[in-house]
Amino acid sequence: MAKVSQEERSLNLSRRDFLKSAAAVSAATAVGMSVPKEALAKASEAETGWRWDKAACRFCGTGCGVLVATKDDRVVAVKGDPKAPVNRGLNCIKGYFLAKIMYGEDRLTKPLLRVNEKGEFDKKGKFKPVSWQKAYEIMVKKFKEAYNELGPEGVAIFSSGQYTIMEGYAAAKLMKAGFRSNNIDPNARHCMASAVAAFIQTFGIDEPAGCYDDIELTDTFVLWGSNMAEMHPVLWARVIDRKLSNPDKVKLVVLSTFTHRSVDLADIPIIFKPNTDLAIQNYILHEIVYNHPEAIDWDFVKNYCTFATGYVDIGYGMRGNPEHPKYTEKEKQTMRKEVVKTISEDEAVALKYLNLKPGDKLKMKHRKQAGKHWVISFEEFKKALEPYTLDYVARVAKGDPDEPLEEFKKKLKALADLYIEKGREVVSFWTMGFNQHTRGTWVNEQNYAIHLLLGKHAQPGNGAFSLTGQPSACGTAREVGTFAHRLPADMVVFNPKHREISEKIWRVPKGTINPKVGANIVQIMRDLEDGKIKWAWVNVCNPWQDTANANHWIKAAREMDNFIVVSDSYPGISAKVADLILPAAMIYEKWGAYGNSERRTQHWKQQVTPPGEAMPDEWHLIEFSKFFKLKEVWKEWKLSDGTVLPNVLEEAKKMGYDPEMTLYDVLFSEEAFKKTIPNVDISWPQPVAYHPITKEKHLNTSAEGDKRGVKGVDGKEWKGYGFFIQKALWEEYRLFGLGHGHDLADFDTYHKVRGLRWPVVDGKETLWRFNAKYDPYARKYGKGKDFAFYGPALKKIPEGDLYGPKKGTKVDLTNRAKIFFRPYMEPPEMPDKEYPFWLATGRVLEHWHSGTMTMRVPELYRAMPQAFCYMHPEDAKKLGVKDNDLVWVESRRGKIKARVKTRGRNRPPRGLVFVPWFDERVYINKVTLDQRCPISKQTDYKKCAVKIYPA
Amino acid sequence: MSKGRKPPVNESRRKFLVRSMQAVGISILGGVVWGAFVKENTYDPLAIRPPGALPGDDFLKKCIKCGLCVEACANRPTVPYKNGKKMITLRLASPGDNKPLGTPYFIPRDVPCYMCEDIPCVVACPTGALEPDLVSSLVDGKKSLDINKARMGVAVIDHKNCIAFWGLQCDACYRACPLLDEAIYIVPSRNPRTGKHAFMVPQVDPDHCTGCGLCEHACVTEKAAIFVLPREVALGKAGKHYLKGWEEHQEINGYEPQEEKKEKGKSPESYLNSEDLLNE
Repeated sequence: MAKVSQEERSLNLSRRDFLKSAAAVSAATAVGMSVPKEALAKASEAETGWRWDKAACRFCGTGCGVLVATKDDRVVAVKGDPKAPVNRGLNCIKGYFLAKIMYGEDRLTKPLLRVNEKGEFDKKGKFKPVSWQKAYEIMVKKFKEAYNELGPEGVAIFSSGQYTIMEGYAAAKLMKAGFRSNNIDPNARHCMASAVAAFIQTFGIDEPAGCYDDIELTDTFVLWGSNMAEMHPVLWARVIDRKLSNPDKVKLVVLSTFTHRSVDLADIPIIFKPNTDLAIQNYILHEIVYNHPEAIDWDFVKNYCTFATGYVDIGYGMRGNPEHPKYTEKEKQTMRKEVVKTISEDEAVALKYLNLKPGDKLKMKHRKQAGKHWVISFEEFKKALEPYTLDYVARVAKGDPDEPLEEFKKKLKALADLYIEKGREVVSFWTMGFNQHTRGTWVNEQNYAIHLLLGKHAQPGNGAFSLTGQPSACGTAREVGTFAHRLPADMVVFNPKHREISEKIWRVPKGTINPKVGANIVQIMRDLEDGKIKWAWVNVCNPWQDTANANHWIKAAREMDNFIVVSDSYPGISAKVADLILPAAMIYEKWGAYGNSERRTQHWKQQVTPPGEAMPDEWHLIEFSKFFKLKEVWKEWKLSDGTVLPNVLEEAKKMGYDPEMTLYDVLFSEEAFKKTIPNVDISWPQPVAYHPITKEKHLNTSAEGDKRGVKGVDGKEWKGYGFFIQKALWEEYRLFGLGHGHDLADFDTYHKVRGLRWPVVDGKETLWRFNAKYDPYARKYGKGKDFAFYGPALKKIPEGDLYGPKKGTKVDLTNRAKIFFRPYMEPPEMPDKEYPFWLATGRVLEHWHSGTMTMRVPELYRAMPQAFCYMHPEDAKKLGVKDNDLVWVESRRGKIKARVKTRGRNRPPRGLVFVPWFDERVYINKVTLDQRCPISKQTDYKKCAVKIYPA
Repeated sequence: MSKGRKPPVNESRRKFLVRSMQAVGISILGGVVWGAFVKENTYDPLAIRPPGALPGDDFLKKCIKCGLCVEACANRPTVPYKNGKKMITLRLASPGDNKPLGTPYFIPRDVPCYMCEDIPCVVACPTGALEPDLVSSLVDGKKSLDINKARMGVAVIDHKNCIAFWGLQCDACYRACPLLDEAIYIVPSRNPRTGKHAFMVPQVDPDHCTGCGLCEHACVTEKAAIFVLPREVALGKAGKHYLKGWEEHQEINGYEPQEEKKEKGKSPESYLNSEDLLNE
């Protein structure tokens, strides 16, 4: 930090500006003129100076480093951190407005409860401010009602990829070790679950092998369903810079279902029909295996890989009971495909290897074993790829009806040639196009298959690279494991060994952790609708705006007997349907850490006091733990499927716990951490708490309270936990990954560096995993070999053929990655006569997610005040609508109004419309379908069928 | 929008009349506003006029200040709302606006022109002050309205304060442009400071820019770093005596060699026989 001090001192007002305004002030004083207030403020700012400190950007998964200036307990400016390796001082326009996001007019500053006229809680009442004490009183009461009636399955937390790492860890620990509930699942499920499932199935460990340095090192970028220009703008600038550095050699291919900003700059733009990326990747594999077998890196494949496949009759992640009474006949038309699907002409070609013919009814027999897979031979793999000829794939996949077929074929061939070309380095990037997909896990795995077969993975400039959407989808949701099935560091609740390791670290009795996978985010909504979950808590996300088929979930929240709590900083749709709203501190109002797409972990310090009575989310969670005695949670529970969670109170007593102790005492108190991390100094304050230049002590609302003296959940003034709670959470969390390939550095180190890419071993970050030249774990496990795909998960699987596994077989795949064959299949809902358009949804550069922060920045609002329905001009003409006209966009599930845009940044082919989801007034998730990848349980927001007509 | 929310048809016209009457009242009351009034009767070189407006003074000569264009603009079904209030592009100049009173103009930073395909303001003009021919093109031999032909002004970029020129990834103006990649396009170049993040800066092509101001409206800087100016104010003129030799299909029909104005008393002899330059 010391080196940065010069830069940090260079204030926003340049010296020249300062001299100018200082001169103006003295001149004005001399002649008795009145100085405008603004000039005075400017002068005094320049005199007193601001305090600059490093932090991470609040928004996307790129993970730009920023410097935040504070003055008088307010963030006054932000600049890109010139020392940050990711962005070197630059930002996108969202980052440009970081200083403004915390200061929207309607920040939530008080707990708000729905009450009747007497001030009592009433689900049909209006929101009125209440004290934290009253808020927690009703929140706890409602929790206990649901918990006692339905057990650990009756309560849930909507968690987030925007939690700080410590918050996510506290939430997971509270739910899994405290309440013994696995009903905690993040909005990251909507965003990264398919990437995760494919990482685990292919490599046995989560997250990318490579890093952003690949951008400067590669010759070829292939973007599959990623509009980097708008969604990862700073990375896009790096891609374009690389392209400019050698325009003839470096190639950029962009595949999408509509033309967007990234497609505009591509050397080869490919517009394909939704879901046919499955077919295109199989064409590339076909091209390699049948026409360019010499391109296969057999040395790599034989030493480090194996071939595998799985079932196809796995459904589409919709409700298992398509005749559900709360759904309309129209909806059921699509929902019934969950159980049986009629094979189309196009699908029959792809599924020939299973002897399926057009018109056959495919019964979805393996819905519950969607992720099961087994080893096959290369010959089987090759046989399955046989139908994916250029003719077939081009016919199925061409997305722009106006493009000549021959042109499209040329592009597909050119794409395959780029991958195949010997010595050409290739990086494939993707985001939601792959992940939000009815076969999201498959389509991720196919990409690894291409890279692995060619030996172009886990090397500088070569690799398949999944980009994350959220700032800490990797750091928090994935690495901490705030998922219904996960524990920290890639462990899972259904693995007894993993539970044991976790119980040991957490110092909770053996048998405490619930072995049954909990409800994932869409399932939580469905369970609310079915009355199976009656208490839910929303943390750092907006699930009522971001979950597909929203009409059902609105009703579930408002009309069912349940209690919804929303912790948030601004009111959004989720708060609107809630019963209780808790005001949350925002990013620089608390200590925190995020982990970005390239495994880089970045920490920051609390810069300012939160407004009103807003408190950090970690405080919301930890305070809640104080209301539960061990005897209430660690008793015996019978789950709905008959699983019994044993009474662990006796075991607890042996560990020195009293059944009258609270979850706070056991999970979050200073005494608890002194036992789990006895060698770490968790006192507050300590050297890391001070600013490196000004030597001021940073605020820590959770540790020591703050100047506001907020009356806490016990009605008394909040004075802090009395120890360094964030450091304690971090250091305990770190124990999970140390020595297991997930090593993180200690807390203090991150406050001295611009982030580190894990595994951090002996103080050194790892740039390319699985590669013995760069990854100490690959050296350790590979024992002299160049590569080791050492991820431990799913490494003992059966052997079989294309039809299925052979009973009783088991192959050891230690240190190997899997090359999957996955066929092309259609999504369950496609355009027809009544609903003739494809609908794809997504984001825009100006707004972050549901817009709760960015729509409150006047400049960003003005730049993009509403979500449009982007449409082909010919389609608009046929519908008789012009630009800016209002149209209805209607599906079998719901309808919304939006204004038409036929010219502009997104230009769909005929037959497809694109509507972004940031705008709550254009509530497009009322229209989308809650179809999901059956393996990852991630929703496909990129395709469903709609009709459009003038409003 | 539902019918109930539509204002009475003549609202804006009435408002204008009331405002004009107020203006007359004020000018009778005192001489203070006279200065402004005089100014407001002459051609304002900085006013951004509706599509199809005749150039400069010609527009003022033909405009009868009837307000029908403003009314048409206010009544189109696509008018956006902000906090329940209609955001109407065209306004009629009233006292204090420093524009000829009663003439239509717009302020892009407040409400830009949304480039309606059916150009209701032009259609409504009874005098040809807004000339349909200026916003029409030939489609299948038939003249039809084409808003892309509008030349209300031209967007100009302040390179010093446009954050894209700092290297930030913005291009909000580019994405807001209805003639994206024609009127505004992005020029990428390498960034030697970071070594790895390309500059992606916007440029305006005046040949395509209509001056609608959607870019100025979208610009995220405190004061817009891209803004619309009247074409006569913003654009230079290279002169017709030199043509771009590298452009094959250049329009040369308009070229007529003009006789240069002769300076009085200038002849070779007067130069040669003069002793100045030599003896000084």
